[in-house]
Amino acid sequence: MSESYVRNVIEAALLAAGTPLPVAELTRLFEDSARPSSQQVRAALAALAAEYSGRGIELKETASGFRIQVRRELAAEISRLWPERAPRYSRALLEPLALIAYRQPITRADVEAVRGVNIDGVLQTLMERGLVKIAGRAEIPGRPLLYETTQFFLDHFGLRSLDELPNVEELRARHLPVAPPAPAAVAGPGSSTPATTGGVEAEPEPPTPD
Amino acid sequence: MKPKPELKIVVSNAPPRPPAPDAPPQQVEMPFAVVNGEPFSTLPRDLYIPPQALEVFLEAFEGPLDLLLYLIRRQNLNILDIPLAEITRQYMQYIELMQDLQLELAGEYLVMAATLAELKSRMLLPRPRLDEDGEQDPRAELVRRLQEYERFKRAAAGIDALPRLERDVWPTSAELKERQLLRTLPHIALQEMLVAFKDVVVRAQMFAHHHIQRERLSVGERMSEILAALGERAGFVPFQQLFRPAEGRMGVTITFAAILELMREGLIDIVQAQAYAPLHVRAANPGRMLRVVTDNTEAAAPADEDLS
Repeated sequence: MSESYVRNVIEAALLAAGTPLPVAELTRLFEDSARPSSQQVRAALAALAAEYSGRGIELKETASGFRIQVRRELAAEISRLWPERAPRYSRALLEPLALIAYRQPITRADVEAVRGVNIDGVLQTLMERGLVKIAGRAEIPGRPLLYETTQFFLDHFGLRSLDELPNVEELRARHLPVAPPAPAAVAGPGSSTPATTGGVEAEPEPPTPD
Repeated sequence: MKPKPELKIVVSNAPPRPPAPDAPPQQVEMPFAVVNGEPFSTLPRDLYIPPQALEVFLEAFEGPLDLLLYLIRRQNLNILDIPLAEITRQYMQYIELMQDLQLELAGEYLVMAATLAELKSRMLLPRPRLDEDGEQDPRAELVRRLQEYERFKRAAAGIDALPRLERDVWPTSAELKERQLLRTLPHIALQEMLVAFKDVVVRAQMFAHHHIQRERLSVGERMSEILAALGERAGFVPFQQLFRPAEGRMGVTITFAAILELMREGLIDIVQAQAYAPLHVRAANPGRMLRVVTDNTEAAAPADEDLS
């Protein structure tokens, strides 16, 4: 079993399959007697990736496995192959998607609290496109549905895992409310509903001269 | 969308000056349009905007937070120290504009208008215990929401910038469109089927129902009937004439059993003129050995032995 043989089988399989293939599945393609180890398959994949450097295609690993794809730099030219352009994702779609991606699992109410608008229809669209799915129910009153992104989401945006999302550290953290500098004070963790803006009303008010 | 008078009253009360004496100097608004080299930062009152155009403009906002953020960023204001009165005034101008044009206004915009009005009024009140840590700027919650929203606005842009399948990158494939999956069915020997069927039969027998019925047709009765029929005719009777197909399967089987029984007892003869020829039956002579009469002697011989 030569290295080039393993590499050729893997290359051919990735082209023929039309879907990303994980290492385990690539290993399974070989006869028992000639089965490479997963390290050997990975080495062959690395060799393929090196072979493709400087070419129009590249090897990409996403959540579902490896795929050979057209290089992004050629997007302008290649997109002319098809009469219609890929649909633009509106901000109305992307912002809830971002919230679900970074804060999953998350309830609809929590997404709406950050965006300040209703996302009923958008959520439906995201689910229809297979980018988002239901992740169960939150164990809070009302047991609202929780949402999370799908494996298709990762494949679609060329990610191996959610950790590869841009600025993941910063955006995953739930920031404590930031107080304005003037009266130096750290605001308590307030609810995110618009009506509540602290317990000022509860404070005893000094008599105000008319 | 007309009944919103209380919001408008708040606006009319709004003093067009910085909310607090310690507020930073008013920053210069970024002009949103430059006409003949002259920057415009507010809409001229007499400017006619086609409703459709404004609709498009407003649809560009993803809700009240987005609009508010736009107003703040357009003027390069410090988000941590928003001049609330001024921002509220500008925000309300947009809301009024939308209402004047009778645009469908999402409820969230009005909620924000109310929130802003409330915050502004609270800012105007003297604040108790300013030096205490417990005191919180009334704007804090709004600022937190604006910042959180802005972070996710950026996050959305970040996700949009990722190489997206079928927009920026395309999976390659050597298409095998002609490929057809031929599912070969497994070969099953008849024997295996019979074995399987036997199992089924065995199991079926476990559930067999025994329906006991009085026998309506008796072999003995039928034997007498046949003998009587043969006696009447005193000669050869075609084999098939002894049967009455109208009696059905059970009837003809009984008749056949009766014929076999009669043969065994030597009471009838069965005769065949030649191979494959019709069979004939006659009453045997008493005392004579039963035999099958046939021209085919080879076949006849063992038959004789068997029957004797």
